[in-house]
Amino acid sequence: MRARVLVRPKAGILDPQGQAVERALPALGFSGVSSVHVGRLIELDVEDPSQLPEMCERLLSNPLIEDYEIVEDGEVK
Amino acid sequence: MKFGVVRFPGSCDDIDALQAAARVGDAVLLWHADRDLQGADAVIVPGGFSYGDYLRAGAIARFAPVMEEVAEFAREGGLVLGICNGFQVLCEAHLLPGALLPNTSLKFVFRQVQLEVEDPGTPFTRACARGERLSIPVKHTTGRFYSPEPVHVVLRYAAGENPNGSQDDIAGICNDAGNVFGLMPHPEHAVDPLTGSTDGLKLFESIRAHVADRVAV
Repeated sequence: MRARVLVRPKAGILDPQGQAVERALPALGFSGVSSVHVGRLIELDVEDPSQLPEMCERLLSNPLIEDYEIVEDGEVK
Repeated sequence: MKFGVVRFPGSCDDIDALQAAARVGDAVLLWHADRDLQGADAVIVPGGFSYGDYLRAGAIARFAPVMEEVAEFAREGGLVLGICNGFQVLCEAHLLPGALLPNTSLKFVFRQVQLEVEDPGTPFTRACARGERLSIPVKHTTGRFYSPEPVHVVLRYAAGENPNGSQDDIAGICNDAGNVFGLMPHPEHAVDPLTGSTDGLKLFESIRAHVADRVAV
């Protein structure tokens, strides 16, 4: 099964990458943009999707500083 | 005493750590794929970019065979020192609390910083005095320490010296048991007057003194 894992900085933790992007957009003339956060997308084929949460907890994210979201075949789990 | 310095693919400060350790004792390299700590009394996880630092700094190195041995060694009370990338690896391996985040500036910082010794009671700082200033270089992009829980702070950046936005100016911490220590600055680069400071040597001398006491008992 094709799955996607979205990893993003936990709320409340300073995200300088998101801030840098947020500052850059108005410079290109885009206004009204706020709360920008930059994370990571991991795509993978897995035989046993039930293992995905453990993969996320142990390697794909660091649960102390990041939240993860698993999307299987387009459906958010 | 004998220091073991771990070498991962992508380590780059392993030789400096080896040479710094060799100033106060014997020092050997430990290959990442081996499970043998070669009888080391203290293990150093050095700086660099272990396994390319893919995914997150230190995230992959944590699963190296040698790290299983280092974790066991730490559980038995062995001294483990993680420098820069080594600090990141020890946090990812849960041998130390917290995590290292990208610098607030998003820039690579490389400069001499002034540190203050907050706890001279650890095996790694016993050659220092409380509040003593150490001049040691930093060079990193991912050095902003963060922990949602209180931690045992050993070293802080002096006022105005914080290079990365680290929480509470934290530069180095140890675990509750006091035998695992991680710091972002590089003591192994501050052991010779040629490079401007020998303050880093105090950490290596502290380890030697601690091991010598333990052997004497």
